[in-house]
Amino acid sequence: MSHKTSYSSINFSALKKLYALFPSLLFLLFILPFLTHGQDLIKGSQVSGSFQADAQYYLKDSKMGITDSSIDGQLTRMNGFTEINYSFKNFTAGMRFEAYLPPLVGFDPKYQGYGVPYWFLNYKNDKLEITAGNFYEQFGNGLTLRTWQEWTLGFDNSLRGLRVKFTPVNGITLKGVWGVQRNYWEPYSDNNRGIVKGGDLDIFLNDLFAGLKDAKTKISFGGSFVSDYQRGKTTDILVDTMIYTLKLPENVAMYSGRLNLNVGGVNFYTEYAHKINDPSSINKYIYKDGNGIFTTLSYSQKGLGIQGSMKIIDNMSYKSNRLVTNNQLDINYLPSITKQHTYALAAMYPYATQPMGEFGVAGTFTYTFKRNTKLGGKSGLTFAVNFSNVNSLSKDSIYVSGINETTINQPGTLGYKTNFFTPGKEKYYQDLNIEVDKKFSKRWKGIFMYLYQTYNKDVVEGHLNEYGIIYSNIGIADITCNLTNRFSLRGEFQGLWTKQDKGNWAAGLLEFTIAPQWFFSIQDQWNYGNSDKNLQLHYYLFSAGYTYNTSRIALSYGRQREGILCVGGVCRYVPAASGLTLTITSSF
Amino acid sequence: MKKFAWLVGFIAITGFAYSQQATISKNRPLPSVDIKDVKGNPFNTSAIENNGNPIVISFWASWCKPCIKELTTIADIYGDWQEETGVKLIAVSIDDARSSSLVAPLVNGKNWDYQVLLDQNGDFKRAMNVGPIPHTFVLNSKREIVWQHTSFAEGSERDLIEIIKKVKNGEEIK
Repeated sequence: MSHKTSYSSINFSALKKLYALFPSLLFLLFILPFLTHGQDLIKGSQVSGSFQADAQYYLKDSKMGITDSSIDGQLTRMNGFTEINYSFKNFTAGMRFEAYLPPLVGFDPKYQGYGVPYWFLNYKNDKLEITAGNFYEQFGNGLTLRTWQEWTLGFDNSLRGLRVKFTPVNGITLKGVWGVQRNYWEPYSDNNRGIVKGGDLDIFLNDLFAGLKDAKTKISFGGSFVSDYQRGKTTDILVDTMIYTLKLPENVAMYSGRLNLNVGGVNFYTEYAHKINDPSSINKYIYKDGNGIFTTLSYSQKGLGIQGSMKIIDNMSYKSNRLVTNNQLDINYLPSITKQHTYALAAMYPYATQPMGEFGVAGTFTYTFKRNTKLGGKSGLTFAVNFSNVNSLSKDSIYVSGINETTINQPGTLGYKTNFFTPGKEKYYQDLNIEVDKKFSKRWKGIFMYLYQTYNKDVVEGHLNEYGIIYSNIGIADITCNLTNRFSLRGEFQGLWTKQDKGNWAAGLLEFTIAPQWFFSIQDQWNYGNSDKNLQLHYYLFSAGYTYNTSRIALSYGRQREGILCVGGVCRYVPAASGLTLTITSSF
Repeated sequence: MKKFAWLVGFIAITGFAYSQQATISKNRPLPSVDIKDVKGNPFNTSAIENNGNPIVISFWASWCKPCIKELTTIADIYGDWQEETGVKLIAVSIDDARSSSLVAPLVNGKNWDYQVLLDQNGDFKRAMNVGPIPHTFVLNSKREIVWQHTSFAEGSERDLIEIIKKVKNGEEIK
């Protein structure tokens, strides 16, 4: 390890010098065309952009255990960005400036600083699209490759390099990417992360063959191939006081195939991905191949929707640095198939995909009772049920001659044998939720929900037999009253009942809005069932906001409970906090 | 020195962008981005069209409560809106692979009559500079963006239809 650090720091200094010139380069990039071509260029050009700043002033809160040291003595913090895109005819250029001075509590301290982590130049015509710089790309559903960004999570794995997209004939799309991923502010230098190369082919038969243009059946299929090159033929790892030298595959490849079939209201999608051996700190340096399958089937017609999905994941973590274990440098995307909840108590125990192995199924049923029927009443009623269950994947131990033992997950071996289509015995997560959405009159409407969740806290959060499984019943009523055409009042009443973890919770919210610009709300989450009387805390929050077209300013004061924020397949731990928060967003 | 260079560069670009935006390109045309239709088949946004009538583009997601409230509220009166102005609403879901297969069943299950598109990796969202959702755009007969708004409050659908009516009558939107 030590030789690696010094090695890369040499390159850093040279890169830093280049980096210092970067603002001037960008300046030229945006200004030069105008100086040289004057009005002609300005005429057809477009500028657009967006802006966000999240600033927080933290208060010490002894009841919540927030002291000076837990906020590192820095009481005011800010995350902010500005993104600007400039387009002219077939060209687009864009950049995003980000500043974390210092980052909000809960975001990785490595974000501290500012700069332009994202910029691109793009040329596009009917057949060809070329991007230089940073880009976000997704192959299929992302099992092999997905680069994306989510501001609220502090997640950004964009690739910087080149991307080419080519459509030789209608119905066929070829994509190629070549680059390195963003890792906080760390400049790329030899060996500090892998080089990612990938290709993707997508065929849409109904566009390709004129005769199928108006066919009822729509078929598209495709495949992708991704390779990650990380220099280093061997590595030394420590296992039970013994140091082993492992041979490493410098190129780790992954490939996948997919099919989308649509006939009338029926839609079927399936994608299978395979990864070759990829010993990493996440899979404890085993050499087993990885496999993943993601299938969905749905049927819908007016007033009715049914969807079912299945996802099997086995040793599928794929990062462009095998040493990384947090949410960084992910090449592929492994979303959870469980429902993403937004009500505070329903989202208290969210699930995140376990890349080392899981077997998940999910289903949703939505039905709307029409107006003027018995259940539908005057304005109709929508009823939805969603169920998901995720178990471990069935794995068998293997015989390891080196230690003369039958074992599982021994570093340097194939790790285990998997029974790919067999769920394991351990439950990771289950969620049954029922939702009724009803408009009572022009004035009143409501959403009512019941949920039963099973949450394996040890597995999902990575603890070692500390918490066990949490079973919770959750009830929610969300009622809106339109007082006038402009004024409305909304109340949320939530309860979570569990015998495990922190016990029962109650939550309430009152929100007053003046359309289309103002909102005011007060809310409280109360952990009244905590077995420790001192921790039966109220998490109150006062908020107000003003929106003018696309600009929004919101201010809130109060407490934020410790929790996990998940978007897509990625979750971020949100620590308990207390204080004043200012959020400004705008786009133009 | 380096900090200063950043600051100058950044302010210059931002200021320049704002001034350009204000003077030259008030009405921005729709960008051309490859996304998918609700059935999962390729769709290019340059095909968004409504025979010269107003177009509303609403960015939403299956997990976004205010978005669903907005679309449900409009769904109730959409027929009247269409009759009056010929408007077409295009609901662009930014659900990613996790929940995009839920979109079609949800839209049908809720009886919505919108054209629905899937922007799984946020390509269209980025090109339109969409941050928090719901984010709603109104396009004129030339398919240029003439108005946009974020967030939804009960009653703001009334402002939206007023804008649509103005667009239909060819009035300028401030």
